[in-house]
This record gives sequence, C-alpha cells and structure tokens, in this order.
Amino acid sequence: MTVALRPGYEAIQLKGWLKAHQWLLLRRLTQVSVLALFLSGPLFGFWIIKGNIASSLTLEVLPLSDPYLLTQSLFAGHWPETSLVIGALIITAFYFLVGGRVYCGWICPVNMITDFSAWLRTRFNIKGGAQFGRESRYWLLAMTFITATISGAMVWEMVNPVTVIYRGLIFGMGLAWLVMLALFLFDLFIAPRGWCSHLCPMGAFYSLLARYTPVRISAVKREACNDCMDCYAICPEPQVIPPALKGTDKSSHVITGINCSNCGRCIDVCSKDVFKFTTRFYKPTDSSNTFKQSEVLS
Amino acid sequence: MARIKLKVDPSRRRFLLRTAGQACGAALLGMGLLTLSRQSHSLPAEAIRPPGALAEKDFLSACVRCGLCVRDCPYDTLKLAELGDNVLTGTPYFTARNIPCEMCEDIPCVVACPTGALDKSLTDINESRMGLAALVDQENCLNFHGLRCDVCYRVCPLINKAISLQAQHNPRTGKHTLFIPVVHSDACTGCGKCEYACVLPEAAIKVLPTRLAKGAAAEHYRLGWEEKQKAGKPLVTPDTEHQYNLPEGYRYEHGGEGLIKEKDETTPFGSNPLDTLNKHQEQSK
Repeated sequence: MTVALRPGYEAIQLKGWLKAHQWLLLRRLTQVSVLALFLSGPLFGFWIIKGNIASSLTLEVLPLSDPYLLTQSLFAGHWPETSLVIGALIITAFYFLVGGRVYCGWICPVNMITDFSAWLRTRFNIKGGAQFGRESRYWLLAMTFITATISGAMVWEMVNPVTVIYRGLIFGMGLAWLVMLALFLFDLFIAPRGWCSHLCPMGAFYSLLARYTPVRISAVKREACNDCMDCYAICPEPQVIPPALKGTDKSSHVITGINCSNCGRCIDVCSKDVFKFTTRFYKPTDSSNTFKQSEVLS
Repeated sequence: MARIKLKVDPSRRRFLLRTAGQACGAALLGMGLLTLSRQSHSLPAEAIRPPGALAEKDFLSACVRCGLCVRDCPYDTLKLAELGDNVLTGTPYFTARNIPCEMCEDIPCVVACPTGALDKSLTDINESRMGLAALVDQENCLNFHGLRCDVCYRVCPLINKAISLQAQHNPRTGKHTLFIPVVHSDACTGCGKCEYACVLPEAAIKVLPTRLAKGAAAEHYRLGWEEKQKAGKPLVTPDTEHQYNLPEGYRYEHGGEGLIKEKDETTPFGSNPLDTLNKHQEQSK
C-alpha cells in the first residue's frame, strides 16, 4: 500500500518540526490555558475564572458570557440581567475583532477531540464517509432557535456537546465522557470533520460574527504555491482557501471566508511560506507587484 | 409508459435536493429534541431549585447553566446536574436530605446569578419559597407515636412560624398529649433542614415542590366563622335560635358538656334507668 505523505511533511523537512507546528502548539497552549484558568479554582482553590464558558466571572469583576446562549435565552422568551448582556457584548466584540470561529480553533475543547479524529484519519489513511453539506450547521442553528421559541426553554443546551463537555470538565463529567467519545467516533468513522466543520450550530453562530473581522490570514506569496495541497488537507474548512490562494491577479489575497477559524495550520504546513497573518485590508505593495511582473516578463 | 422530458437544470436540482435534505434533517432533530425536552423538563420531586428560582418553565428559559450560584454557595449545597442525572443537565439544584439550604442572609447564590433565573428581587431569604415541607409519613413520625422527638421543629430556622407543634389528645393512652408537627406554608421556605435532620432512616418530613406539597381550596370557598368575625355579625339573616326538643328540665350546652339536667327532681327511680333494671338481677342472685 502506498500512502501519500502526511500534510506538512515537506514543511517539517524544510522548516523543522517546531516551526511547522508553531500555530498548532500555540493553539493547544491557549485551549489548555483557558481550561486551566477555569479549573484552578475548583482544583486548587485559586480562583481566577469562576463559572464555565456559558457565563463566567473573572477575578470577581469581569463578566463574560456566551452570546449564543444569550440568544437562545432570548428566543426562549427571557430577557436576562444586565451582567449577562454585558458579558455577552464583550465576548461578541472580542470575536468580532479576532474572528468568530477563533472560538472553535482556540478555545473550544471539542476542537482537540475532532482534530485528533482528523489526525488519526490521515495517519491511518481512513478515507470517505458520510457527507453533510457545510450549510447544515446553519439549518441546525435555526433549529436551535426555533425549538427554543416553541418550548420556551433552551432545548439545545440539553445536548450541546460544547457546553456539556466544558461544564463536565469543570463541574463533573457524569455521562459527558460519552458525548466526547461519540464526537470522536463520529468524526473518525462516520463523517470526516463532521461535527465542527459541518454540523455544530455553535460554530455556525460564531461564524456569523466574522463577517468584518480585521484579523485574517492572507496568501501573501500565492505565486510561490506549488500546488502540494497540504493546506487543503490540513484545513478544517478548505473551501475558504481558493478565493485567496487561486485568485486572479486583481483579486484579494485575504482569506475572508467566515468559517476560517484563524487556526494558522495552513501557515504551519506550507513549505513555501505562502500564508501569513495579516489584516483583512491587506494589499500587496506595488513594489512586490512590479517584482512579480518583472519576474513573469523575464 | 409515456415519458416527457422535463427541463431541469441539474445543478439547481442538486442544490434544491441538498437544501431540502439539510432542512429536513435539522427539523427531524428539532422534533426529537422537543419530544425529549417534554419528558426531561419535569423536575424530580427530590431536586430543589436554589432560592429565588423562577417558576420551572421560566427558569429553563433563563438559566444558562454557568454554575456561578454553585460556586458562591458557602455550604456546597448546590450542585449542577451532570449529564445522566435525573435533573435536566447543567441546571442547579440541591437534595435536602444530603445538604439542605442554610438560608444565608445575603443569599450569595442569587447575587451571583447573571441571568435572572434566580430572581434578584428576593432580598430576604425568609421570603424564599424553594419548596414546601410536608410531613408525608404520619405512620412512622415519632411525634405521631406520642414521643417527643421534635427534631424537625427544633432545627427549623423559622421555629414556631414554619413548623409548630400542635397539642392533640393521645387516644391510645387516653391521658397523654401528641405534639403534632404542623408545617405552615405561609412561612416555610423549603430549606430542607427538617428533612435533613429527621432521625428516621427515611425522613418522615420531606421538602417537596410546592405544587406537590400543597392543595388549594376552591376560590369561592369561605370559612363561615372567619367571615362572621370579619363582618362582626352573622352573615346569614336572620340567625335564628336553634330549637331543641328536650325533655322538661334539660338544656343543651354547646361548649362540650352536652345535655345538662337543670334541677334534681325526685323520682322513685335513680337517675340511671339501668340501676333500676339491675337491682332485680342482684336480688335474685
């Protein structure tokens, strides 16, 4: 059996393992650190953040709340108190700036589970599986609001894996282990990148905050692309890449797809250093344009 | 079979089919969730919501399950339901028999709640109504046996208001008193200290959701004696005097003495007719 080299192989050879995993490592560090901030209180009595990702209080002053839960609550017919609204506004503003689905890539614990499934899929060359359209998540998002309206309760929160798992880690797992296992197996054997990239309504909600996000990745050296396809293979939302990478000369180099989670894995795995964190207003300078043209002409 | 050629754009057809599939999938999942929620949204009777909790239906639209109330509970009374518990996952509750509510004066759980699921208008913990204590097992309650256990009464934070002891005749011994613990719904907060303290292996007094613990009189019911007192006069007019068909020389006393002989009239017989009858029996022996 011949197996294609794993995405990033060339980058590791060229840049070294550490450089070819820097954004991944930074992301894991962030995910674990945020969880540690929540856990230091219950585990060691050293309270930094109290609560869980649904709503929390940092250092007894700063309220932070999940805008998705707030929205569900509104649909269920409850107008929450000011502290929840303020907390949700702060979080909304934050993800508006850094990119909505940064939540998925940098905070959400489910990301580690589904990334592991995806890694195993590549590692053991597991191909195929059920395909759900990527728009499914928006239908599910609508469903969570409609069911909240009909029942007058946050029905989705009975099963929402993100909040169930995060709360489980901090307040006691119960059967939440099963939810983790279910997501892992679902992504591994049933649908590739099934949950986070196709179905999760929470991710869908956060993607809506990314419409005008200033922090974006750009294919700044797209002319250097050698079509190795590693970025497509590693990206959980590869549909966001082509407009920036394969655009015509005049088109933008910026990845503006709202489902890009700014995870930076494309930067890691590219052996040609095509990608870079930029702002959404990135434009190649004239000098590089002329350089490019001269290169083409010569 | 005749066939006609339909003018269909295959890509448009694919798009419509895919969209229909996604919408139907989401709808089916939603219907499943709604059915599931109907079944799981009823709170089990032994799970008590924190003080100030909105009515269960409103509570479930408000609580985001963040656990801040749990964290600020100084007695570790409150818990967030874990997935698989019989309480709706993630929502706060306590079990009185394990750890009851200590009724903190500053009500930190309510202060901590960011959503209003625990109502901030509750500032006096004595006004909270987490549930209602009910002496559910009169067969095993020691006080009903005539003992002076009184533990539920003694531990009640609102002693003599939420639970009082009502003296009753003990018909078993004929000469003792039963001290019956009586819960008063106008004062009981449902903190559960009585249930926690009950000395029996299974508590005879339990905190239940008010809907289970309390009946309700029909709205049009009035207690005649109260109405009479309020009005200061009988409300049924005319309040006719009751007529008794009593033997001459007798009257009837309402306070409990019953039939009273006005004056001792001399007769050839004793006052008890049985004595007259039995006299002959004794003589014949």
